Amino acid sequence: MVIQTREQVVWAALAEVADPEIPTISVVDLGVIRSVAFDGPRLTVELLPTFVGCPAVDVMQHDIGKRLRDFADEVVVEVSFAEPWTSDRITPEGRARLRSSGFAPPVAIQAAPAASAFEADDLLSMLPIATCPYCGSRNTTLENPFGPTLCRAIYHCADCRQPFEQFKSV
Amino acid sequence: MNLEVEARVALAELLLSLADDEFVIGFWDSEWTGIAPMLEEDVAMSSISQDEIGHARALYGLLAELTDADADAIAFGRPATDFRHAALMNHARGDWAFTIARRFLYEWADAVRLLAITGSSYEPLANLAAKMRREESYHRMHIDAWLRRLAASDARDRLEAALQRAWPDAQAIFSPLLGEAALLSSGILTRPFDELRAEWRDRVQSILAEQHLALPDASVPSDGRTRRTDDFEWLHGQFTLVATSEEGATW
Repeated sequence: MVIQTREQVVWAALAEVADPEIPTISVVDLGVIRSVAFDGPRLTVELLPTFVGCPAVDVMQHDIGKRLRDFADEVVVEVSFAEPWTSDRITPEGRARLRSSGFAPPVAIQAAPAASAFEADDLLSMLPIATCPYCGSRNTTLENPFGPTLCRAIYHCADCRQPFEQFKSV
Repeated sequence: MNLEVEARVALAELLLSLADDEFVIGFWDSEWTGIAPMLEEDVAMSSISQDEIGHARALYGLLAELTDADADAIAFGRPATDFRHAALMNHARGDWAFTIARRFLYEWADAVRLLAITGSSYEPLANLAAKMRREESYHRMHIDAWLRRLAASDARDRLEAALQRAWPDAQAIFSPLLGEAALLSSGILTRPFDELRAEWRDRVQSILAEQHLALPDASVPSDGRTRRTDDFEWLHGQFTLVATSEEGATW
């Protein structure tokens, strides 16, 4: 018998809450949940927005609050910038799910952008790298670093001649 | 964090100026939605403007927490004369060349100032700045590409004229803030505005020099964040229209 903590049960429930803009991926796989903590009758969830101006944050707060309402008397979903959300927080499972629904997952950022650096060079060097989610080709070109939502860029695959979107590396 | 009254007042002024800069440039450039010179730019300018207004919203949120006020009331409930954006944002959208010239000068000023703010002793602001920087690097890449493109095109003269026109008011981004000394002594600001302005000027000049463009010496206006124009009065009327039509309206 596996004994789960209350927090683990909450994480499992959160894995059922979909991202409002790309419903194929959960808020857990997207990496936007920083922490869950019980304090007496209160359950606090820390939410890291993918982009500061992401209009889906309000919907996420609502959906998470609704899913967790039976877990505590009071559920608080707190928007936090205590650490920046980066696309490196998307889980391997999340990346697979993005790919299977036609989105190229973001490229690993790791070192960039360095705190002391101004140059967008690190970012620039990553931009042409997107693997086509349809045919797997890397023969792709960036059409627009800005797409239909704040977190997406638009590419074109020269091999299967299909436009596709990439979840932006940020 | 326990702040002395003087530092608290100055911090509120700093937050307001940062937020208003992002808010107003976001509104002006959002006017390109639907009419940008090409479809890709339509999408890009709309996305960039949405970023800026999102940044403003978060900054107004910090100010609201600090002063126990309401973020929407700060954004939509103030008369035009109470806005604190730099004079650069007083100008109407103008043509594409002016939009690019203004944004080029603004993005680099914002980059220099945001980097300085990531070291702020006021943690909520330092954290937000660190997050904003990652998004702004896309804006800067975009605007640098457009600057080079226009400089090498038939529109070069228009770009040059627009840069000359925007340059004096761009200095206002670094106009001295009320209480700057208190911000520096409390570590909320890590470097004086004068120093940030010099760094910004050098970076901008060196990028322009690659295109054989140059801008003259310019002084910092003391009223750079209080002066308002008819253009801005008009924009203010636009973005407060819903809020003033029905008190307490939500949308």
